[in-house]
Amino acid sequence: MADTKDPTGSSKAKWLVVAVPYLWSAIFFLAPFFIIVKISLSQTAIAMPPYMPQFKDLATAWDAVRQFSLDNYVFLTEDPLYIAAYLSSLRIALISTLLLLAVGYPIAYGMARAPKGVRNVLVMLVILPFWTSFLIRVYAWIGILKPEGLLTMLLQALHIFGPDQQLKIFNTETAVFIGIVYSYLPFMVLPLYAALEKMDHTLLEAAADLGCPPLQAFWKITFPLSLPGVVAGCFLCFIPIVGEFVIPDLLGGSGTLMIGKTLWAEFFNNRDWPVSSAVAVVLLIILVVPIVIFQNQQKKL
Amino acid sequence: MNKNLTWFNVTALVLGFAFLYIPILILVIYSFNESKLVTVWGGFSTKWYASLANNQSILDAAWVTIRVGLLSASLATVLGTMAALTLDRFKKFHGRALFSGMVYAPLVMPEVITGLSLLLLFVAIGFDRGFWTVTIAHTTLTMCFVAVVVQSRLVTFDRSLEEAALDLGCPPFKTFFIITLPLILPGVVAGWMLAFTLSLDDLVIASFSTGPGATTLPIKIYSMVRLGVTPEINAVSSILIGVIALGVVAASIVTNRAEKERERAERAAFAQG
Amino acid sequence: MNKAVGPIKRKFAPWDDPAGVPFIRFENVTKRFGDFVAVDNLTLDIYEREFFSLLGPSGCGKTTLMRMLAGFENPTEGRILLDGKDLAGIPPYKRPVNMMFQSYALFPHMTVEANIAFGLKQDGMESDQINTRVAEMLRLVKLEKFAKRKPHQLSGGQRQRVALARSVAKRPKVLLLDEPLGALDKKLREETQFELMDLQIELGMTFLIVTHDQEEAMTVSDRIAVMNHGVIAQIGTPAEIYELPATRYVADFIGDINLIEGKVSAVSGTQLSLTSEGIGGVIDAEAAEGGDATVGLDACFAIRPEKVRISREAPPAGSHNVLEGEVWDIGYLGDISVYRVKLANGTIVKATVANMTRIVERPITWEDKVYLTWPRDAGIILTK
Repeated sequence: MADTKDPTGSSKAKWLVVAVPYLWSAIFFLAPFFIIVKISLSQTAIAMPPYMPQFKDLATAWDAVRQFSLDNYVFLTEDPLYIAAYLSSLRIALISTLLLLAVGYPIAYGMARAPKGVRNVLVMLVILPFWTSFLIRVYAWIGILKPEGLLTMLLQALHIFGPDQQLKIFNTETAVFIGIVYSYLPFMVLPLYAALEKMDHTLLEAAADLGCPPLQAFWKITFPLSLPGVVAGCFLCFIPIVGEFVIPDLLGGSGTLMIGKTLWAEFFNNRDWPVSSAVAVVLLIILVVPIVIFQNQQKKL
Repeated sequence: MNKNLTWFNVTALVLGFAFLYIPILILVIYSFNESKLVTVWGGFSTKWYASLANNQSILDAAWVTIRVGLLSASLATVLGTMAALTLDRFKKFHGRALFSGMVYAPLVMPEVITGLSLLLLFVAIGFDRGFWTVTIAHTTLTMCFVAVVVQSRLVTFDRSLEEAALDLGCPPFKTFFIITLPLILPGVVAGWMLAFTLSLDDLVIASFSTGPGATTLPIKIYSMVRLGVTPEINAVSSILIGVIALGVVAASIVTNRAEKERERAERAAFAQG
Repeated sequence: MNKAVGPIKRKFAPWDDPAGVPFIRFENVTKRFGDFVAVDNLTLDIYEREFFSLLGPSGCGKTTLMRMLAGFENPTEGRILLDGKDLAGIPPYKRPVNMMFQSYALFPHMTVEANIAFGLKQDGMESDQINTRVAEMLRLVKLEKFAKRKPHQLSGGQRQRVALARSVAKRPKVLLLDEPLGALDKKLREETQFELMDLQIELGMTFLIVTHDQEEAMTVSDRIAVMNHGVIAQIGTPAEIYELPATRYVADFIGDINLIEGKVSAVSGTQLSLTSEGIGGVIDAEAAEGGDATVGLDACFAIRPEKVRISREAPPAGSHNVLEGEVWDIGYLGDISVYRVKLANGTIVKATVANMTRIVERPITWEDKVYLTWPRDAGIILTK
C-alpha cells in the first residue's frame, strides 16, 4: 500500500471534517474581503445597492471591470479627515495598549503569586466581566464620567471639587482611554497571567541565592520570561482597538477621531458604501503586519 | 514567598478588581433607582423592571437575540470543533496555512471590517438581510473562538485512547462519538458558552448584517443609549449580567467540584497503593 | 495468576524446526516518515505461542514495527502476514490483534468493567457472555473488587492490570505490549514480569513486547530481537544474545561488558588469537558467529565482568588470557564488588567478584598490581 497517511480514519469522514469549516470560512470570511476590495473600486450610486458597476452576468463583467477606478482611494488621501482618523486610531491604540500593559501587569503578577487555591477564583473573576456585554460595560462608564455623573458627585462630596465644578472628561480622549482599558483588560491580563503562572518560582530563589536583589531579579528574570505573554496580550489588544467603534462612539463623542467611527458614519449616515469599503481596505492593509505576527505567535503556542 | 512583594500584590489585585467590578456594580444598583435621573438616588424601586416587561420592542429584541445566540452558538460549536480537529490532527494538507489564517484572523479582526465585508457579501449574492444573516455572521465570528477553546483541549488529549478504541474493534466514526467527544466535552461546552455570550453581546457585526424585523438586544440598547441614559437600560443590562454571571459561576462551580472530587479520588487511590 | 502451570520453560523452539510455519511474518518491511527511515527492509518471523521481544533504544524502530502490526501505520514497502494472510488494507479495528498501550490508554470516563467490556461490545457479544468474560478477566488480574471504579481511582499497578485485562479480553491471536511495565516501580515491575509469563502460558497467545529494558526482555522472552536504526542487529534466545553476541552493538547494549580492541594475530578454525599493544599478552577465544576473520583484521575481545577472575598472584609465565593492570577503582555494591582495573595502555577492564564472606576489608585494594584471567571459553572475539 502506497498510502502513507494515517490509516486509522476513514478518509471520507476526514475529508468532511476538513472541508465543512474550510468552505464556511472561505465563503463567509475570505470571499467577503474580495468583495470589499471590488466595491472599494466602484462608484457611488443612488440606488440599492448604492454602488456601481454591478455584475449582472458574465457578458457585461468585463465592461464592469473596466469601470473600476481608484477614485475612492484618491479621495481618502485628499480629505485630511481620513488620514487624521487613521493616525489618531493608531496613536490611541498604541497609548491604550501601553496603559493596558501598565495596569494589567501588576494584576497578572499578583494573580500568579497568589496562593494556588485562590488563583482559579481570581482567573474566573477576571473572565467574568468579559462574559458580560461589552456594550453594557461601556454604557456603565457613561453614568460615571458624565459632567453631572457619579465621579463628579464623589469629587464634590469629598470637597475636591467646588459645588459648581464638573468633571470634563466625558466626550474626550481621556474617557476613551478609560473605556478601552476597562473593556480590554481581560485580554491583557489573561495572556500575561498564563506566562507568569508557568514560571518556575525556584528561578527567583536561584537568582536571590546568587546575590540578585528582588527588583533586579524582576527585570532580569521575571519580565524576560513573561515576554511571550506580553507580546500576545499587546497584539490581542492593539489590533482590535485600532478599529474600535463602540467605545469612541459612546465615550469619545465628537472629541475623538477614530477610523472605526469614521467607517461607521460613512456607511450608516452617508450611505457611501464604496468609500467605506476603501476605508476598510486601507485599515486592513495597515493591520496586516500585526495580524500576521499575531498568527505566527498563535501557531507556536 | 517574598514577603516584601505581598503588599504590592494585594494592592494590585484589590485595585484591579475594584476597577473591573465597581462600574458594573453601580450599573446594577442604579437599575433599582426610583428617580428617572440615573445619577440621583431617589429610593429603591423595581419599577424599571416592571416597565421592561411592558416594553414590547425590548422583549422582541431579546427574543431575536436569544434565538440568534442559540442557533449561531450551536452551529459555531459544530464548525469550530471540526476546525479544531482539522488544525490538531491534520498537520499537512494543501491550504492548511490559509485555513489556520482564516481561523485565527477573526479573533483580532476589527469588527467593523468583518461586519462590513459580510454585509457586502450578503448584498452581492442577493441574500435578504434579517434573522438568518445575523445568525450566519455570528456563526462565522464565534466558530473561531470555539476552535481555539476546543483546540486547547485537544492538545492535552491522549491520542492513544483513540488508538486503543480502534484496536479493540471500534470503527473511527464511532470512536469519535464514544471516546473523543465525551472527553473533550468540557472544551466543547465552554466553546458553546463563549459563542453564545459573544453573540448575545455583539453590536457592530449585528448592525451591519441585520435587516428589518431582526433587531437584536444590543442594537436596541445602543439606540436607547444614543437617546440618553435611562434606568430602563440599567435594568435590561442588569438582567443580562445576572443571567450570564449565574451561568458562568454555576458552570465553574460544577467543573471545580468535579476536579476536586477527582483529585481526592486520585489521592485515595495512591494512598492504598 | 497463582494457578499451578507446570514447568514454565519447557523446550519450546519452533524457530529451530525447519518445518515450523511462522505465525507473524514481516517481509522486507520498510517504513519511512518523510526522509527518516524508521524501519529498513526488515524481515522477521515470529511463531505461534512465542513470547517475543523487540529490544532497542528509543528511535530504533521497534515501536513503529509494532504499530504496523496493529494497523496504526502502513508499511511504505514490504508486507506483513498474520497466520498466512496479508494484513495490508485491513484497518486496526478489524485485525485479530490487540495492544496494551504504554500509557495504558484506559478510557477515563468508563469504569474498570466498562473498559474491559469495551472490545467485547464492539464484537457484538451477548451481554451475559460479556459479563461472564469480564468477571473472568477481573479474576485473572485480581481486580474483582475494583470493577466499578474509574481509572483515576486506581493505583499505577492496578491500572496496568486493567489495561492488560482489557487487551486480552477479546482473546486476540496476538497481544502486543508497548513498554508494558515502563511506568511501574522496580519492585512491582519484577513481580509483574513473572505474572506476564504465567499469563502468556495460561492464555496460549502469542505475545510481542516492545521494550528498552534489557532485563525485562531477558526475563520474559522466548526470543529477543535487538534492533538498531531500523534493522535487526541480532535475534536469539536471551542466553544466546547474552553469551554469544554477534556484534559490538549487541554486546554493548545487553548487560555490562568489557571490550578490548586489538588485531587478529592467528586464525585456527573458529578459534582466534588477538593481540594489542600495551595489554601485555595474547587473548585466545572463539570468533562470534558469522565473522570471517583473517590475520591482521581489527577485532575486539568481549568478556562479561563476572567471567573475569582477579588475583594478586601471577599465573605461570607464558600463559594466554592473562592481563596485567592496576586497581583503579572499587565499587562495593553489597552482593558483589566491581573492580575497575587499568591496563598499561589505559584500557579499563571491569571484573566483578561475589562477596561470599561477611568481611569489611577486602584483600584487593586501590593501586594493587593485579592479574586478570579467564577460561578460554569465557569471552568472544567480535569482528563486526
